[in-house]
Formats: sequence, structure tokens, C-alpha cells
Amino acid sequence: MKRGRIIFEGRTFDVKEGKDGRVELPDGRLLQETEVQWLPPVEFGTIIALGLNYADHVKELSRELTVTSKDAPLVFLKGPNSLVGHRGQTPRPADATFMHYECELAVVIGRTAKRVRAANAMDYVVGYTVSNDYAVRDYLENFYRPNVRVKNRDACTAIGPWLVDADDVPDPHALGLRTRVNGEVTQDGSTSDMIHRIPDLIEYLTSIMTLQAGDVILTGTPDGVVNVQPGDVVETEIDGIGTLVNTLVTA
Amino acid sequence: MTHFFLDDDLPVGTVYGALLNDRATIERLTPQFDRPPYKAVPKAPILYIKSRNTFAADGDVVEVPADPGEVRVEATIGLVIGKIATRVSADQAMNHVVGMVIVSDLTLPHENYYRPAVVQRNRDGFCPMSRMFTAQTGFDLGNATLSVSINEKRVYERSFSTLVRPAAELIADVTAFMTLTTGDVLLLGPGDGAPIAHAGDQINIAVPGLGDLGHSVVEEKLS
Repeated sequence: MKRGRIIFEGRTFDVKEGKDGRVELPDGRLLQETEVQWLPPVEFGTIIALGLNYADHVKELSRELTVTSKDAPLVFLKGPNSLVGHRGQTPRPADATFMHYECELAVVIGRTAKRVRAANAMDYVVGYTVSNDYAVRDYLENFYRPNVRVKNRDACTAIGPWLVDADDVPDPHALGLRTRVNGEVTQDGSTSDMIHRIPDLIEYLTSIMTLQAGDVILTGTPDGVVNVQPGDVVETEIDGIGTLVNTLVTA
Repeated sequence: MTHFFLDDDLPVGTVYGALLNDRATIERLTPQFDRPPYKAVPKAPILYIKSRNTFAADGDVVEVPADPGEVRVEATIGLVIGKIATRVSADQAMNHVVGMVIVSDLTLPHENYYRPAVVQRNRDGFCPMSRMFTAQTGFDLGNATLSVSINEKRVYERSFSTLVRPAAELIADVTAFMTLTTGDVLLLGPGDGAPIAHAGDQINIAVPGLGDLGHSVVEEKLS
């Protein structure tokens, strides 16, 4: 099942995917996805993100890096101000020279998880969604990098449209993911290339902190990040999970 | 979703802390800023997030891992946002603050600030917070002082007159790039040379004119 949250005719609804990929309201009415306003599919709690979690992306950025893929996961946190739903708009700061998207598989936790072993970790996953975790590289500073000013800007983390039940995703490490900018494919990878895989990430994170239902882990992005401009329509897509559409606007 | 309340009807939102916001820390680290990994002096506010698993209340018992068996007590004041704040000027900033909390911002000791310190800062219970206080008459945040006592012995004092960005400037510089919303807490950041506490210690933090906060630290039980 695929579940989402939308606003329609001035009301907020929990919806599911109905026939032909349409949006099904609780009363059974079916709507086109372009008829509704999309919210993030879950009221997320702690938002955890991974940097440098795909081998090819590490290679892409390696000249400016001092870490290797053998290191512990690079984990950073985000606030809810950063989130924006499907078909939302993301502001591009006027002074930015390099702002790029990042197509990422988002893993949503379904119940309290503390010191979970990798072997059991997938039992704690309720589902998956797509995230586009924009970064404005102009603002990178080498303190708690990637610093909050790069990664926690308002509406710079698109997420959705659907939360897809974990039961409907037999292998989350065998999914193609790609990004299209104005229809042209610019990023094309596979979740099989993650350095730290989901069960290992959950074991690692829950050895540090208790995760709760609604917490989400953004698992990083493959290579192929390019600069985007106001007006660009960015589609981040993961096979079997969904296509998340976002439009850049002038800040 | 369960909430942690600062007040009868104010659930806490997101807690942000400001790193490197004490002038003595900046002076101490300045010789390192030109070198790797930093390569430049900090420009914009460097923030970190205390996630909801870290929230703890006055009187709570906080577990620290047996290794290293100690925590740094980066005691500070948190500004509680009462009105959504986006691109707020320093002149207007304090109109967005509804009250203050005293916070025992705990971290495993670390001296390298290159990567986000989630492992050190985001362990369960590592953000004990007082209830929300409104300042007593005559309280001046810009000259406020804070003391930390461990096992009833005063071990640390700091003043908020030496911040790199005082409260209003911090709100202005943070909201220049992100929104703070009602219930969010913006910590003014660690003082330099913050004290270390060990398992078994009782910690008390006092801010004259505002209030106090106490909690203890015990060794984590790996059940």
C-alpha cells in the first residue's frame, strides 16, 4: 500500500494510492495527483541524513574530501523547516553559484528501536519514500560539515509523494534511482551501491540514539549532481517507490 | 507523536545549538582555523541539532557510555521561540522569544569540529532542559552569568557577555537562512572550557535571575 498526506478543498487528508495511481480520499473519491496539494507523507520526527554513502559519489567529490568509504557513516540531522512535499517549490538563493539536488531513498522507522542488530533491523522499517535533499555548496564551511546552512534551509528537502509499505519492497538495495532535470536524465544509479546499507545504518544509529516511529533516514545519493536554476523542474525517482517532482524558484 | 513540554501548553519543537559562539573559544582555536581540516575562519553560525531522543527534564538521570565514562557539560541558556521567525532583524529578534530555558547541553568530549558530532551530542537524554522561565525583573541576558556545580562543588562559571553573537544577533543570523518556529529552542552555545562530569555525579546549573536545573549522570546499562 502507498499512503500520503494531502490538502484538498481546504482540508488535510490521509490518503492512499487508488486505481490508476490516483489519489484516493477516505470517502473513496479518486483524484488526479495534480489536483491536490501534497504534504510530506508522514509527520516526521528526527530527520537523519547520510553524506557520502554511495561509492561513486564519494569518488565524484573525492578531490575535496579527507574521508574514505571505510570511515564510520557521515551522519547529520535536519529540522522540519527543511521539508516540502511533492510538487512543491524550493527557493534557490540569489547569490548561490552551485546548488544541486540529491535523489535519496528515505527509510521510515515504524517503532521504537534501541540497540537493534542489523539482522533484525528491517523489522523496524515501516516503509520508504523518495527524498530530494538539496545542497547549496557555496555555503559549505568546514565546521560540522555539511553545515546546517548548506543542508537545513527552508523547503530544501523535498520528500514524498508516497510512503510505500516495507512489505511491498522486497529488496530496498536493488532499486534504480535517477534524477531528471527538465526531462533530461542527469543522475542514474542504484541503491545496490550504498556503502553503509540500511540494516547496518539502523544498527549504527540505534547504538547511539533511540529511534522512534516517524523518524526517517535519508540514505545518501549516487553521483551525477549538477547545478540547477530557478524554473528548473527536478524529478527524483526511485523504482517502485515513486517520482517526486520539485520546482526551483528564485528566493 | 509524544511531545516534551517546556510549559503546560508549549511542546518543544526543534532544539538548535550554536557552536563556536564564545569569544574565548574562538581565540583559543584561531591558530587552527587556517589549517586543515578547517582552512578558514567560521563565517555563518555553525549549528547542531539536539534530536528528540536527547530531551530530558529537570531531575532526570542521564546515562553515559562506560567508554569514555564522562560527559562535557556545555551548560547554556536556550531561547524559546514564541512566534515564527524568518529573516528577522536583530532589532526585532527578541520579540520572537517567549521565554528561556536552562539547558545542560551534554556531549561526549570532542575537540575536532570538522564533522557533525551526532555520536557525541545526540545520545539519549543528552539535553536536559528546565521548564520555561520568564526573566525576573532586572535580568539582563547580555550580562547574565551561569554556574555549574558538580556534587555541590562549584566548578565552572561563565558570562553571556562574551558571546560572538549575542541572542538577538544570533536569531538574526540564523533566520537569515532558516525559519525558527514556535516551540523551537535556540541554544546560545557552549562556554569555553566547559566542565567534565563522570558517572555518579550530580550536576546543578544556576542562572541568577532566571532559575536552575539539576540532573545526575550514571553509567549506561547495556541490558
